[in-house]
Amino acid sequence: MSIEIQGINKFFDRFQALNDINLTIPDGQLTALLGPSGSGKTTLLRIIAGLESAEQGRILFSGRDVTGLHVRDRSVGFVFQHYALFRHMTVAQNVAFGLDVLPRRERPGKPEIRQRVNGLLEMVQLDHLANRYPAQLSGGQKQRIALARAMAMRPEILLLDEPFGALDAKVRKELRRWLRSLHDELHFTSVFVTHDQEEALELSDQVVVMSNGSVEQVDSPLELYARPDSRFVFDFLGQVNVLSGTIGNGIIRQGDAWVKLPRGCDDDDGQLYLRPHEVRLTQQPTREAHLPFRIEAISVIGAEVRIELKPDGWECDELWEVGISHSDFNARKPQRGDRCYAVPEVGHLFCEHLDEPKTLNWH
Amino acid sequence: MATPRHRRVGDSPLVRRSLIGLAVVFTVLLLFMPLALIFVEALSEGWAVYVGNILDEYTLHAIGLTLFVALLTVPLNMVFGVFLAWLVTRFRFPGRKVLITLIDIPFAVSPVVAGLLYLLLYGGNGWVGQWLGQYDIQLMFSWPGIVMVTVFVTCPFVARELIPLMQQQGSEEEEAGVVLGASGWQLFRRITLPNIRWALLYGVILTNARAVGEFGAVSVVSGNIRGETNTLPLHVELLYQDYNAVGAFAASSLLAGIALITLAVKAIVEWRQSRL
Repeated sequence: MSIEIQGINKFFDRFQALNDINLTIPDGQLTALLGPSGSGKTTLLRIIAGLESAEQGRILFSGRDVTGLHVRDRSVGFVFQHYALFRHMTVAQNVAFGLDVLPRRERPGKPEIRQRVNGLLEMVQLDHLANRYPAQLSGGQKQRIALARAMAMRPEILLLDEPFGALDAKVRKELRRWLRSLHDELHFTSVFVTHDQEEALELSDQVVVMSNGSVEQVDSPLELYARPDSRFVFDFLGQVNVLSGTIGNGIIRQGDAWVKLPRGCDDDDGQLYLRPHEVRLTQQPTREAHLPFRIEAISVIGAEVRIELKPDGWECDELWEVGISHSDFNARKPQRGDRCYAVPEVGHLFCEHLDEPKTLNWH
Repeated sequence: MATPRHRRVGDSPLVRRSLIGLAVVFTVLLLFMPLALIFVEALSEGWAVYVGNILDEYTLHAIGLTLFVALLTVPLNMVFGVFLAWLVTRFRFPGRKVLITLIDIPFAVSPVVAGLLYLLLYGGNGWVGQWLGQYDIQLMFSWPGIVMVTVFVTCPFVARELIPLMQQQGSEEEEAGVVLGASGWQLFRRITLPNIRWALLYGVILTNARAVGEFGAVSVVSGNIRGETNTLPLHVELLYQDYNAVGAFAASSLLAGIALITLAVKAIVEWRQSRL
């Protein structure tokens, strides 16, 4: 079931929470609403569910206008960040709730309800906990029960509000994979809210980046990471190193730092954005770039060694970060306080008079 | 090997013992002795006199009227309290904060003043009272007046218990319920009510205790007519003014008994609540 969002505006008193949102969420896909807190992503999700109403705009499910339809009649599944399990009911009673409150004519018989609940609990691999109360479960177990409860009504749309936000890193990763495989198996349309870019990029088919109540960019995870439309998206999706300077004669310059730009650029103020993996470190500057640094910190944890760099003779708002391989690190043994130079390989140039960034390649 | 003993601030034996001693002395002097004295005095002329005092025609009537008032007041305030708590915790509307403050008025106002206000408003010469008088309806100096002021005095108890709890529990469970297709009544019956039942029971116990024991407001509006508008607390005072001290204490022992039962039930409910 596809979801169509048309011209949604939402105000809380005078504060505009959502500003003219237009969006299509394709049938059977996993879509992430990604943004910092206060960007309106949860509000949008709640409007799709019908838990919140918008001042203007329409919501369509497979072309059918559901804007005026009550939550209870939209038959969507909803998973809350803090699980919202019914605390006075057992796990089995929680999962059965949706079936139990059906009008008598539509309600399946007791044995069938029990059978369906067992099936759902097996699906989330928690059938041995059927008679426990929510307070006796771990966070990950609670969220899986919440998922089973949402799936009990066989919704064609599943909405998840920061479903893994309250879980620790390891459980989060596990549940993420599990949700992905469940989705591949059952092919419902799902929308989930997250502020974790890694989660959005790993889990979804389509990412909607939001900020300040507006949609910034809608793209596949790959496209989004490779070609962000705006500074905001660039900043928000992963670590980024920035050189702000003035462009003249094909060179961007600030203090002691300069980089030759390979393509013709107009004279202007601009910012060069570089991902950590798009930068090399050298002992000497090259003919193309002169970016002097002092090594501020070295972190050897993880797949690569992360080096934090403090600009030497020029300035930037945040420290630069560059990743080098462990073998490279062992060969050179850089120390804190050492001087080194960064050499860009791929970069993205934002200029004052350009709407879209220019992707630059030095090789 | 001697391990050094670390003490927390204020944890010296002297401080501890004197604080405990002080608490015990005050509890015995101010709480336990008066309570025990009620039963001692009530039984000072023997069980036969005690039973006789209780079975006195006017005492029996006072007991009946008190229970009748409580029976009307408690359900009324239970429904009202749940409604009010639901309103201020589940909806945002202008004047909500003011309403939460207004709930406390009956606590802030002296019950005697509350009684006087009702008398001025609903009495024979009052604004509403005069109009009702044309239809031969008399509220003051009869049981409806007593019920009205008792409802007023006890109305905050249930709401006061429920509001913090419902605020803390939030409305997520209800939202989860409504997404799953539950109707308004099903939400209340299956989710809200089970979540607040112990706090509700606690509020009801407090309401009942206060409804049974209310003196000030009731004494203003009841008119103290023996065998007609005399509740148990008023009856105690009347007996005492009649120099029938033993009778007064016998009637008091009933109120004290209700208080003790209330405390016991309250303790059980608190214990249940803490287990959830």
